[in-house]
Amino acid sequence: MTYRGFKAGADWRITVRGIMQTPNSFRGGPDPRGHFGIYGGRYVAETLMPLVLSVEAAYGAAKDDPDFHAQLAYYLEHYVGRPSPLYFAERLTRHFGGAKIYFKRDELNHTGAHKINNVMGQILLARRMGKRRIIAETGAGQHGVATATACALFDLPCVVYMGATDIERQKPNVFRMKLLGAEVVPVHSGTATLKDAMNDALRDWVAHVDDTFYVIGTVAGPHPYPAMVRDFQSIIGRETREQMIKAEGRLPDTLVACIGGGSNAMGLFHPFLDEPSVAMIGVEAGGHGIDTGFHAASLNGGQPGVLHGNRTYLLQDEDGQIDDAHSISAGLDYPGIGPEHAWLHDLGRVQYVAITDREALDAFQLCSRQEGIIPALEPAHALAHVGKIAPDLPRDHLLVMNLCGRGDKDIFAVADHLGVQL
Amino acid sequence: MSRPGPTRIERRFARLREEGRAGLVVYLIAGDPDPDTSLALFQGLAEAGADLVEIGMPFSDPMADGPAIQAAGQRALKRGMNLRRTLAMVRRLRERDADTPYVVMGYYNPIYRYGVEAFARDAVAAGIDGAIVVDLPPEEDEELAEPARRAGLDIVRLATPTSDEARLPAIVGRASGFLYYVAITGITGTRSADSASIDDAVARLRRFSQLPIAVGFGIRTPAQAASVAKAADAAVVGSALVERLALNLDPEGHAKPGLVDAVLADIRALAAGVRTARLI
Ligand SMILES: Cc1ncc(COP(=O)(O)O)c(C=O)c1O
Repeated sequence: MTYRGFKAGADWRITVRGIMQTPNSFRGGPDPRGHFGIYGGRYVAETLMPLVLSVEAAYGAAKDDPDFHAQLAYYLEHYVGRPSPLYFAERLTRHFGGAKIYFKRDELNHTGAHKINNVMGQILLARRMGKRRIIAETGAGQHGVATATACALFDLPCVVYMGATDIERQKPNVFRMKLLGAEVVPVHSGTATLKDAMNDALRDWVAHVDDTFYVIGTVAGPHPYPAMVRDFQSIIGRETREQMIKAEGRLPDTLVACIGGGSNAMGLFHPFLDEPSVAMIGVEAGGHGIDTGFHAASLNGGQPGVLHGNRTYLLQDEDGQIDDAHSISAGLDYPGIGPEHAWLHDLGRVQYVAITDREALDAFQLCSRQEGIIPALEPAHALAHVGKIAPDLPRDHLLVMNLCGRGDKDIFAVADHLGVQL
Repeated sequence: MSRPGPTRIERRFARLREEGRAGLVVYLIAGDPDPDTSLALFQGLAEAGADLVEIGMPFSDPMADGPAIQAAGQRALKRGMNLRRTLAMVRRLRERDADTPYVVMGYYNPIYRYGVEAFARDAVAAGIDGAIVVDLPPEEDEELAEPARRAGLDIVRLATPTSDEARLPAIVGRASGFLYYVAITGITGTRSADSASIDDAVARLRRFSQLPIAVGFGIRTPAQAASVAKAADAAVVGSALVERLALNLDPEGHAKPGLVDAVLADIRALAAGVRTARLI
């Protein structure tokens, strides 16, 4: 079966930089030094290296400790509200008139997005390591809110770096973080968005190596972060698998998720990577359109490079200077992508597409009216792509879209874009 | 493999030892505030007393740098500086100065985009002696270090206050040229280390490596440079000079007439400080 360029059951033996590769498993990465093929790694200042190695060691120990898992499971169930439902979106299914559409409802989590899955894991790890101060970067503010929330719960001081541009377009989340007791530091350098917030968080970390834990919000950064964040987010895919088997008696056929850094997508995809029957599509932010140059689609419009601790696809000019990303969605407005996605892209295991601001805005409104769910602008990108492929798929085709965040934070920005005065 | 005979860096540190003093390393960003002023500045450094020159390669996202050097990089990029032009600038510097070691310092992505083989080859051809790549720790630097060794370009490694005895062997293992001790845990231009901790760190490094040791980050005044020069082989000054440069810009960011002289005057004072150090 073929649709829109994706071949289910395709041959994944491909040539990467002159070497024929046939991985035994798509779930085996990274290697011990944190590489997914040529991607990933630990490209940080020497000052941070011992710290990064200590996070790796501590996470390795925690991963083998049943107590750690029990603790995490406890908070995910009673505090975050997991498992999140796998919901059959009946009206949208009828509206598109093709594939059977399910939403993985991670927008119902405490704090309104998938970000808290990862934050709970990292905060518990920080506590194990005896770290007394937490820092984070945030774009849309969802990761910042989740981190501020967990820090309130565990009585840890929390500093969140946020681009001044994002502070302006995500005001409700800025106020939330402050209510939760976090300090929000506006970042004015560069483009004053997510990448600059990450730069400043790394600068803070270099200056506070002894007491500070950096809670990175996506599957990026130096090893072990991409793998660790993926592991914490994989609860999404593991639940989906169980829930789909319960609902339909079989695995889903297609998974769709939006991509900023790629954590919600990796969380959904990873448990299915070795299932050849399951197709996966990551949806990047196409901004005004890839050919306009104003977008945030690192895989569709970037080249390999090194930034923020790892090698991956980046938006950059021919001198290796990082280009500005452009997206209506602050959470997708990042010029890079997690290294594991870069690897899966080169291998062809996951297909990556782009959706424009306009298409996402339309999907945002469609979802609100059809399902009574106001989605975040990030998963609205995923939904817009679902709208493109679902009509051509058979009615027994099981499609899962990660509804990874709710839209409360976006209503002011969307009103602005629609020319509505609130 | 490497060039026959001692390298420029080796010759310079040997001469400093003969003179019984430590060296002054000056860091400025290539192309800051504009390519012409920058060239004039770099051309004046050796005469003003810089023993070794670090040439910052501007990068859009300098994660280890504080506000002063971030702004300097932005100014240079805005005026069209890039890696190719940085190499071209060094070629012009070499026409007039065959002896001063030039070490480029920056971040990996522009080098990676340029191509590691081409970079090592073109850097050496331009007259560059070494490279310091801030975000390329020993775990990742072999893909650059290997072509660099073949081309005869030293890869200078960084040691920091967080480099304990377990980690130092990995750092000094394949280091060449000299070791760069980052005196503070922090970004450039933010604070200064006390001299006792610098002395301890230098002594510790000497137990692991024979290479000359340059100390940088947080050295701003002639007195601080002199104090570092008592223990280390060289003192690196960057942010303080970049700040002096920035004070000599008009509101539009253009160089005022006295800019070059003002920065070189600071360098003369720093050089005097360093030169007196071991005589005390
Ligand atoms: C709701 C939501 N979805 C997606 C993202 C993008 O991040 P990722 O690609 O890591 O899931 C964000 C980031 O802020 C977000 O808030």
